Amino acid sequence: MLEIENLTHIYGGGGPSAHHAIDQLNLSVAEGELLCIVGPSGCGKSTLLRSIAGLITPTGGRIKVDGELVRQTPDNLAVVFQDYSRSLFPWMSVADNVALPLRRKNMDKKRRREAAAEALESVGLSGAGRKYPFQLSGGMQQRVAIARALAYRPTLMLMDEPFGSVDAQTREDLEDLVLKVRGHHKMTIVLITHDIDESVYVGDRVVVLSKAPAHVVADLQVDLPSPRDQINTREHPDFVHLRAEVGRLVRGQPVAH
Amino acid sequence: MTRLGGALLRWPLLIVLVILWEVATRAAGSAFFPPPSTIVTRMHALWFSGPPGRLFLTDQAVADILPSLGRMAGGLAGGATAGILLGLALGLSSRAYDYLDGVLQFLRAIPPPALVTVFLVVFGFGMRMQLAFIMFSIIWPVLLNTADGARAVEPLYLETGRAFRLSRRERVLRIVLPAALPKVFAGLRLALSLSLIVTVFAELLPGTTNGIGFQLTVAYSMFNLPAMWAGIVLLGVLGYLLNEVFLVVERRVLGWHHARETAGA
Repeated sequence: MLEIENLTHIYGGGGPSAHHAIDQLNLSVAEGELLCIVGPSGCGKSTLLRSIAGLITPTGGRIKVDGELVRQTPDNLAVVFQDYSRSLFPWMSVADNVALPLRRKNMDKKRRREAAAEALESVGLSGAGRKYPFQLSGGMQQRVAIARALAYRPTLMLMDEPFGSVDAQTREDLEDLVLKVRGHHKMTIVLITHDIDESVYVGDRVVVLSKAPAHVVADLQVDLPSPRDQINTREHPDFVHLRAEVGRLVRGQPVAH
Repeated sequence: MTRLGGALLRWPLLIVLVILWEVATRAAGSAFFPPPSTIVTRMHALWFSGPPGRLFLTDQAVADILPSLGRMAGGLAGGATAGILLGLALGLSSRAYDYLDGVLQFLRAIPPPALVTVFLVVFGFGMRMQLAFIMFSIIWPVLLNTADGARAVEPLYLETGRAFRLSRRERVLRIVLPAALPKVFAGLRLALSLSLIVTVFAELLPGTTNGIGFQLTVAYSMFNLPAMWAGIVLLGVLGYLLNEVFLVVERRVLGWHHARETAGA
């Protein structure tokens, strides 16, 4: 589904102010997988996501989505950004925000409206279509951003620290929402986070990145029972063990085997 | 509530000022400064004593007010459209902006009346010159504000548009333009008040046969001071009403912007 080979990105073109964000990063994600990428703050996670989305051109290496080399944003790829307040358009109603990307899908106005209403329903916001983003709470705005991605029917959904700006309770609700929609829509999800517990709770697989320049430090399979549950999963011995292991890796400490 | 309170305070103050004006002019008894009651009577006789079927407008009102509003509307529409289009183009190309910023600031700084002779040389007297002059005068605040707004669009808005593969046209129409709209309206509001000023100025020039500016010239040349003052007061009232209409439109179009600011987002 997604293959990354020797990805390297240097900002600032090799001068004295150049920042080496990613170095020789290799990664592949299978169809239908939910991959979490964790790493220390400022390690180049967002650069990685923007490269996959075709929003920046990496200085080296190759990225393929569905076997196609990424040159601009691939078809059927949707992004959920961390900062919902600046990624939803304040001059559009919630429904219009969700329906906007569907213009590229050759859908007529009626079908775009229906698809938007359906996506809003699947994130638990059936009645909110006519409201404006600023009338909703932060958690609800991020639900709108997720609905916008879902309405687009992506095969690959990228999420850049999607729950970094909401409170703890809302964060748990949104984590469960991702797991739920992922079950309904067959898609591959790459979720970037700096929250170690979140990566283990949500992911099928957790990839740990080093601090900048980022490369893959560890690639761990998460074999926790499904469906995941905020209370039971988090007290499962495997969860406790895994989160400790990921935590040490993120901090760069040696792992006990 | 504050709006209502403001309106309630505004009217008594205005009435007191008008009464003071009346008392002072009567006491002075100068022919150059007729009392407001005389001015209002003259305004009524000149413009608002027509048949009810024509909203009480006289032939004189049709000859004075409509041509002025027409010139103003034409100049404003042309200048604002050009200003928004050029401003968007300029705001979207940082290279063009860097090259042209100095030139534009220079052109904007020239007081339009100083250029009136240039317009006369190019267009001669008459309507074409007046329209061109009004457009040139009001294009700058619209153009520069639009360019500023288009340059300052939140980068994540644009990235979101690209991530969802909107075409360039869609990104400009649905993201850049609405995001720049608060700035565009700031420019339009300046352009509106400026357009009334330069319209009257253009009507003071020879070669004009109608409009409020022309009426002022005629009244002045016949030493008809009440009629001259009637024209001045009419311009004040028109300017006020136009601004009120503009605010209603702005509140409708930029409702999302104001609501968001009050919500503290």
